[in-house]
Amino acid sequence: MGDVIFRIYRFEAGKDSAPRYQEYKLALEPGITLLNCLNQIRGSQDGTLAYRMSCGSAICGSCAMRANGHALLACKTQASSLVKNGVIQLDPLGNFPVLRDLVVDLEPFWSSLRQVKPWLQPDTSDEPERERLQTAAEFHRIDYATTCILCASCWSDCNVLEVDKKFLGPATLAKAHRYIFDSRDAKTQERLERIAEPRGVWDCTHCGECSTRCPTETKPLARIEEVREAVMIAGVTRSPGARHAMGFRESIKWFGALNENYLPVRSMGFFNIIGLLGILPVGLRMMRKRKAPPLLPHFIDKVGEVRKIYKRFHELRKEAGGGGGKYEGDE
Amino acid sequence: MGLQYALFTGCVAKGAGRELLTSTNLVLNKLGVELFEMSDAACCGAGVASEDNVMVSDVVNARTFALAEERGMDIMNICVTCQGVHKKAQHRMAEDAEYTAQVNDVLKGETGREYKGKARVRHFAKILIEDIGLENLKKHVVKPLGAIKAAAFYGCYAVRPHTYSDLKNPDDPDEMELILEAIGAKTVNYPGRLKCCGFPILMMNKQNSLTMAGAVVRSAKESGADCLVTQCPLCHLNMDAYQPEIDESLQTPVIHIQQLIGLAMGFSAQELGMDTHIVSPSGALAAI
Repeated sequence: MGDVIFRIYRFEAGKDSAPRYQEYKLALEPGITLLNCLNQIRGSQDGTLAYRMSCGSAICGSCAMRANGHALLACKTQASSLVKNGVIQLDPLGNFPVLRDLVVDLEPFWSSLRQVKPWLQPDTSDEPERERLQTAAEFHRIDYATTCILCASCWSDCNVLEVDKKFLGPATLAKAHRYIFDSRDAKTQERLERIAEPRGVWDCTHCGECSTRCPTETKPLARIEEVREAVMIAGVTRSPGARHAMGFRESIKWFGALNENYLPVRSMGFFNIIGLLGILPVGLRMMRKRKAPPLLPHFIDKVGEVRKIYKRFHELRKEAGGGGGKYEGDE
Repeated sequence: MGLQYALFTGCVAKGAGRELLTSTNLVLNKLGVELFEMSDAACCGAGVASEDNVMVSDVVNARTFALAEERGMDIMNICVTCQGVHKKAQHRMAEDAEYTAQVNDVLKGETGREYKGKARVRHFAKILIEDIGLENLKKHVVKPLGAIKAAAFYGCYAVRPHTYSDLKNPDDPDEMELILEAIGAKTVNYPGRLKCCGFPILMMNKQNSLTMAGAVVRSAKESGADCLVTQCPLCHLNMDAYQPEIDESLQTPVIHIQQLIGLAMGFSAQELGMDTHIVSPSGALAAI
């Protein structure tokens, strides 16, 4: 491959008033990684270019940055796969303040992680003689979540963080998963209640950016989905998110379909007058345009089959007993 | 025999977005495609039912796939969320034979049906490109939409996670643009094209949800678009029904892709149910 233009974001906090892009030309060696390209540019063209790096083996997570608008690990990516019309554009991770060039201030990430107490809290009243052991099956439950290398790629591209910096964020929710599902941890219920608070697990939109950008098997969205299920099983249901999930369950079980008149009211809470008044204007707008859902509920044909499936699972969850067992909102 | 599909309408096309079903039927009828509406299929769960109980949601969706298999047809979705949720359920089962056996065990026990892993699940746009063909579509265009600058909005479930995406290049797709260009419309590239509309958290955090929707609409408008075009009725609802609350001055209509195709085929805006949109598309369409 011939010369490629590297269009790189340049900025120094406290010195520059605005960021700019600087272009560097480099002939790509076959098989070269993006990180090695940066090393070559810094080594032979511009020693002032700043970026983080350490292991070069996708283990330490320091070289995360954005290439062509998406977060990735520079050491894990072939430069040739990124060339678009002869150009590779590099930016610092999104959703962070920039310190210099491709180096961001990760403090918001660390302070979010601290909120979910990312350490094991075992039952100290029963000190064991030796380390607490796990079976292979117990470890398997947290296997994926433990692979997180804290690179913040998920954080960079999270669509919710773009509009709300107080959201716990995908890596933090995946880290919470790792302790919620750890067989040696004794604070599961407390952790589930914390995570179900506003700006927590229910604030994720499932946009899927986190899992798409994650360079490991952590795949935060999948972990978020598992945490939500654990929240429901544990009966932590006093939040709009949990009521929303119960509304889906009830609606599918009764009608086979989603009842769009029932669901918003159920999610808001039947006695949440302020919340219910808040959804009134959109309802009126839709009624005026004949867009509002029909008042009479729509039932699918053979809805009895769906009811039987749900009934069977109600029995299964009751039989399972352990693991929380409670299946609130059911018969 | 022409093309036949089991049409999974999704709940919105039977409720707050009935014009989506109307326009789909008009367009596909014109293209000679036969649709069998799956009136016995249950809600896909929208990624929420599975968070309450992933297996019950997979059994309910496996039942939907079994119903299509019994008819010997592939499934057509007209909602990107339903399509993504269906694909994810199929993926979970395809990866784990033991799990599929457990799902089928309940399904057979309660309904006598079985999911054999044969029914393909695709969105309208994918079927339009793959099976019907854009050249064929062009033959039915009687009113090219050259005067319209349309901003394609893909919807998360069409794009991410990439593992389940049907798009050739999910980080920079062109499928919707190809369809829009086939009906003569001009397309605009804009930063919000692949973003999230915020709909799934409307009930949990309305402020965040509407900020996200507003950012997409604003981004399209600032890039010179006359209208946004969606392939998911949930994105449509968040950006259309809530637009007056987000910013009265945006005035950017949000149109289902089937409706725009229908216009190019010569159907009237009213036949396509465009008069039911909260943000009236009449200004944007006046140029046609």
